[in-house]
Amino acid sequence: MRLVSFTLNGKPTRLTVDEDRPLLWVLRDDLGLTGTKFGCGEAVCGACTVVVNNEAVRSCATRIGDVEGRRVLTIEGLATGDTLHPLQQAFARHLAFQCGYCTPGLIMGAYAALLKNPKATRAEIVKDLDAHLCRCGTHVRVLQAIEEAAPAMKGVAR
Amino acid sequence: MRPEDLDNELVVDGPTTFPVDRRDFVKLTASGLLIFFTVDPASALQEGERQPAGRPGYPADVNAYLHIGPDGRVTCFAGKIEMGQGPMTALPQLLAEELDVALGSVDIVLGDTDLCPWDMGTFGSLTIRQFGPVLRQAAAEARAVLLQLAAERLGVHVEALAVKAGVVTATADPKKTVTYAQLTEGRRIERKLEGKPVLKTPKTFTVIGSSPLRRDAIEKVTGRAKYAGDIVPPGGVLHARILRPPAHGATLAQVDTSAAEKIAGVKVVRDGDMVAVLHEHRDVADKALGLVRAEWTRHDPPVDDKTIYDHFLKTAPAGNAVAGAGSVEAGEKLVAEVIDRTYYDSYVAHAPIEPHTAVAAVENGKVTIWAGTQTPFPVKNQVMQALKLPADKVRVITPFVGGGFGGKSATRQGVEAARLAMLTGKPVRVVFSREEEFFYDTFRPAALIRIRAGIDASKAMALWDYKVYCAGERGAAQFYNVANHRTVVTGGWSGSSGDLHPFAIGPWRAPGASSNAFARESHVDVLAAKAGVDPVDFRLRNLTDARMTRVLNTAARKFGWSPKAAPSSRGVGVACGIDADTYVALMAEVAVDKASGHVQVKRVVCAQDMGLVVNPEGALQQIEGSITMGLGYTLTEEMHFKGGEVLDRNFDTYELPRFSSLPRIEAVLIDAQDAPAHGGGEPAIVPVGAVVANAIFDAIGARLERMPMTPARIKEALAKK
Repeated sequence: MRLVSFTLNGKPTRLTVDEDRPLLWVLRDDLGLTGTKFGCGEAVCGACTVVVNNEAVRSCATRIGDVEGRRVLTIEGLATGDTLHPLQQAFARHLAFQCGYCTPGLIMGAYAALLKNPKATRAEIVKDLDAHLCRCGTHVRVLQAIEEAAPAMKGVAR
Repeated sequence: MRPEDLDNELVVDGPTTFPVDRRDFVKLTASGLLIFFTVDPASALQEGERQPAGRPGYPADVNAYLHIGPDGRVTCFAGKIEMGQGPMTALPQLLAEELDVALGSVDIVLGDTDLCPWDMGTFGSLTIRQFGPVLRQAAAEARAVLLQLAAERLGVHVEALAVKAGVVTATADPKKTVTYAQLTEGRRIERKLEGKPVLKTPKTFTVIGSSPLRRDAIEKVTGRAKYAGDIVPPGGVLHARILRPPAHGATLAQVDTSAAEKIAGVKVVRDGDMVAVLHEHRDVADKALGLVRAEWTRHDPPVDDKTIYDHFLKTAPAGNAVAGAGSVEAGEKLVAEVIDRTYYDSYVAHAPIEPHTAVAAVENGKVTIWAGTQTPFPVKNQVMQALKLPADKVRVITPFVGGGFGGKSATRQGVEAARLAMLTGKPVRVVFSREEEFFYDTFRPAALIRIRAGIDASKAMALWDYKVYCAGERGAAQFYNVANHRTVVTGGWSGSSGDLHPFAIGPWRAPGASSNAFARESHVDVLAAKAGVDPVDFRLRNLTDARMTRVLNTAARKFGWSPKAAPSSRGVGVACGIDADTYVALMAEVAVDKASGHVQVKRVVCAQDMGLVVNPEGALQQIEGSITMGLGYTLTEEMHFKGGEVLDRNFDTYELPRFSSLPRIEAVLIDAQDAPAHGGGEPAIVPVGAVVANAIFDAIGARLERMPMTPARIKEALAKK
């Protein structure tokens, strides 16, 4: 057990935990942030994607000890107050979801991709998100939503 | 019943478990008033005439479906669940339309066995086509009762009233108004209707046929949407990991849990065959399970994914003829050549991204289960049976479900969580690992289909002799004009592990129909190629069904189909299907890399006649989703196994469709608003395998007779050419 300090959705956070525990389960079980989903447990589906220091990571394969001193952003921290992030607005408007279970991970993955490459082409977005699985087959709308959100986001971090 | 078979035991005993009597219902909804009236469920179903024989009906008491609160808000209750197909949005549209209330004033409660009317489950593209007419009828009758009350209140005849957004107005004197809320407030109303109100017609629709923003949109893009695994009952919850066998059929010989017990906070439960470790943290429970030492006795059947087809041929029972006319022998005399081919399909997993999940809590002897399930009422029955509890001591609540596709009709984790909650006295959460998810999948069965068919001198289909093993009857019967034909079915798409399959199989989005369509539409193309006729033209020549002709022509126009006999090297294909009373024609364009065997589907066009379309945008979502998902069983998805051991355990070997698999998708909905609403969740997935197979043949001149059409199989087919 050790004290881990990091920034979570903009708030300084300190936890005394076993540093080897997966970030996913600390977020979900200890901190009650259930927007981040468990899908595969082996970093091969993307449902648990969160953003650490502006990089998309799979929280099921990230140790809580490894976010020491870092900025962790989850789906719960993406909106500004009541104003949804442009990606969230576009995902809603385009109905870029069905069951919605992969959606938080996809939105966080798209957010990190657009931070790096604000004017990403469709081919680049496809490449960036290809490791995200969506079983309902909402891919076409997800791509449309990301393309619509990109200009509004302007590559600016939350 | 072996514990192994729990998930296959879809207990259906109908409305006997309809959760509450009138008094209870009033208590539950005490904030508002109920309108009591009776409806004949049979008449409500007449529009669809699809109440399957042997299935119990919906509750006759219409108050079960809706409730008008004193604030004017209307709550719609339905035993369906939301797993992505959109009933949460479409059902309120039906209710608002017939009741004449603002759509925004309607709330909906789904899949709660204490609050909602009994329902068998959410599957079979039945929500709109079968339950929809029941709900519309209920709303129409509620409106009729309310108008009678308004007539008395305002002192005018019912005929002299108009209603809009829950406000009743005397047409001759617009100052005379009363709201539904005013009519119901403070009184309990029980009234029988004289006669049946007539449902609205499409010309007067204002809500049906529109596409309001989905009700789950904001929750789902913000992470606020709650799925079963997100539920934390008061007092917290323990994660349970359950010891699983290494193979289906294996029995536990010995187990040692002592190492797991040494981890602080870990609780070990042994109950009969069940061994579980529990901890407040999932990852600690995972670790504890890894320390459990178990020895198993294997009883693997001597089959694997390569020998399974021979096994089917040897062990399948005699088939049933499900369709036919004329005689096969007469047909054989009419054709120059009997073209005899066998088509194969593989076991396919449901693979929802949300694994099977349930949380159970016991309070005052009553167990509540929050389950990711397509079948909350059958789950309730399973828990009642397993725990020997009466109906009023079990409640199943269904939060959002993270994908089902038929796989969450089986819900073994519901009973498991309930058992463990009873045994430990604490709330318990069971979330399948991905390995458990694959292991306990009720797979779409592998299938083998042999077709003997031929054309006569006029290039018309003259013989069709079809025998399907293990895909079942759905979509098996052909719909072309063939004087002499026969369809024989042996082995269905559902069942527990046994003689035919080493593990459970079950409903997978349009069960069996994709396998049947793959075989049928491939073989029709074989006949077209034999005749030297363009495959669209060949189909049209052999069709008289007006709906099929229409979708085929519509798809051809949208696609810009130019007739040419296959193979034309263009890589274009066509395939048709009928499912859930909906007609679909697909056209596709593919590019095949002959060196690597890789297939890229570049474009898919869909024309669909689904009758009345309640929510067009939702219908398009289902078409897009069906086509995209269908590319998986078509090109990459195949579950590997040896005996009872499932070899695919995660998405590293079991390959789902990805963003890079995505074709351009264009869909056209046929305007058929005067017809009843048919199914929408499944039909478009049915011809995906066939349309890609036909386009591949057109591209490379080699026919793939087995799905998935992997690069290795493409290269093999090219080599055999």
